[in-house]
Amino acid sequence: MALIETRNLNKIYALGDEGVHALVDVSVTVEDGEFVAIMGPSGSGKSTFMNVIGCLDEPTSGQYLLEGIDIGKLNRNELAEIRNKKIGFVFQGFNLLPRTSAIENVELPMLYNGTAPAERRRQAIASLKALGLEGREHHHPNQLSGGQQQRVAIARALVNRAPLILADEPTGNLDTKTSIEIMELLVRLNDESGITILLVTHEPDIATYSKRTVRFLDGKIISDELVKKT
Amino acid sequence: MIGIPSTFKISFRALRVNKMRSSLTMLGIIIGVGAVITMLAVGTGASARISQQIASVGSNLIIVLPGSTTSGGIRTGFGSQPTLTKDDADAIEKECPAVAAVAPNLNGTAQIVFGNQNWSTAVYGTAASFLEVRDWPLHSGRNFTEQDVRSATKVCLLGQTVQDNLFGSMDPVGQIIRIKKLPFLVIGILERKGQSPMGQDQDDVIFIPVTTAQKKIFGTAFPGMVRTIMVKAKSTQDLDAAEQQIIALLRQRHHIGPKADSDFSTRNLTQMMQVAEQSTKVMTLLLGAIASVSLLVGGIGIMNIMLVSVTERTREIGIRMAVGAKTMDIRLQFIIEALSLSLIGGLMGIIIGISGSKLLSILAGWSTIVSPLSVLLAFGFSGLVGIFFGFYPAYKASLLNPIDALHYE
Repeated sequence: MALIETRNLNKIYALGDEGVHALVDVSVTVEDGEFVAIMGPSGSGKSTFMNVIGCLDEPTSGQYLLEGIDIGKLNRNELAEIRNKKIGFVFQGFNLLPRTSAIENVELPMLYNGTAPAERRRQAIASLKALGLEGREHHHPNQLSGGQQQRVAIARALVNRAPLILADEPTGNLDTKTSIEIMELLVRLNDESGITILLVTHEPDIATYSKRTVRFLDGKIISDELVKKT
Repeated sequence: MIGIPSTFKISFRALRVNKMRSSLTMLGIIIGVGAVITMLAVGTGASARISQQIASVGSNLIIVLPGSTTSGGIRTGFGSQPTLTKDDADAIEKECPAVAAVAPNLNGTAQIVFGNQNWSTAVYGTAASFLEVRDWPLHSGRNFTEQDVRSATKVCLLGQTVQDNLFGSMDPVGQIIRIKKLPFLVIGILERKGQSPMGQDQDDVIFIPVTTAQKKIFGTAFPGMVRTIMVKAKSTQDLDAAEQQIIALLRQRHHIGPKADSDFSTRNLTQMMQVAEQSTKVMTLLLGAIASVSLLVGGIGIMNIMLVSVTERTREIGIRMAVGAKTMDIRLQFIIEALSLSLIGGLMGIIIGISGSKLLSILAGWSTIVSPLSVLLAFGFSGLVGIFFGFYPAYKASLLNPIDALHYE
């Protein structure tokens, strides 16, 4: 069974008279353990696609199966539960809670699945440690560098042992050196832990870290090919 | 689902971040709760004072006053013409079944002398049953007897104010005082009674047998005349019956035809007091209601701030939703935040309310009573206000679209 399977996804935004056709019959399958880069110019539909895959948005029509679960049949709270258990998000703007320590940011997903406070703390510490953030547990986001903030976000994405990480331009706000660090981190997670990663980027350099590249244009997939490793 | 303790922690943090805003919002609730508690304390204090005064006059009391008589076409007011006698009082006691005790009363002011001290006070001539009628216990010594009344002996009971002024700390029982130059043996001291509902000092008084007053102190226009008759009914239920029986009996005794006006009148003191008590209760309610309005306004302040807060923290809500917060989690978070505001405000309001009541009784001399019920009521009400006014902002937050919230700038 594929981790992600979409069949004829369509998304139409009601905008003006005609509406915007953001996704047109998108059918794609992602197996467990893949590292896929989603590329395309802005407005190509790649962000809409990621939102649908992240269970943050619903397609207008079509079917989306995540680990065989038909996401279209779930209500708001069931979607929240899927996001909590199956998906880790890494955003371009990090999206950490301001004025909240690193450790509490990492604990956040566990707050919503009933993990006991002591266990939350233990797992959050372990998760931060695995990402080399030991000693930064009680720093607030504004006391951390961009790379460190992104690593806190990745720790948060990993803490519930989600099989899928959705990274939306994770290096967009970072300098080149830090970008490379973050990408190598993602590659290692993919290689060593077998976590499936979907990465949205418009930088070809960043895309080369992935194993497969899917290109979007005008809401359609125009190419889907494996990355040749040199 | 997220646990309640964690939610409280999140809420407290959010409130701490905006200290100024949180405290100003709380101020509305603090003033509201403080006002409710103070107002109820003022009202409760006033009605407690009235109840106390009612008790001090005596319960189930009817006063019979001599009436307006018409002489030569000129009607005089109540009490201007003496018409009542001690025999009337005795008849009421014997013939009215709803009556428990009767005390005739002939009073006036007289100069009292003891040793080198003197004092002007009210002297009441009355019967031995007087203490029962007025629910007035003896502090020391003994009451006078039927025998004293029959033989018009010169004995007297002193009120506490008279004792204080004439004797100081000395025990007056067994001493001889002079009332209008006549020697009287002090046989008893009455308990302190305090102010009457009309503000008179009830303890500035001397009681002597009514016959002694009639014959030796004040004299009478006709034999056996008394000024008023005080009647105690058997129970509150018997008050009306007793009043009717007294009126019927006295009209018969005074030979008043069916169409003529009575030459006496009756006053039901207890009923008057109860009306006064009732009106203070209404006043208490009114004060409480007015104060509640400020609590309500405080609640609207909470709603206002919570709505601002939801808008400001849209992105935070989006992040929470993205990592798995359910509708109820978000709703609970904001309701508990509003609740924390109102409950902390409520607690501070209780402190303000209690100290405000104390301050009022010290500065303005009003008697205030902070009842635990009013504190509980105000606090509970502030909690309700928090939940009620927190609900809409929380509801609004929980319905946000996760993507829109995440990308909110």
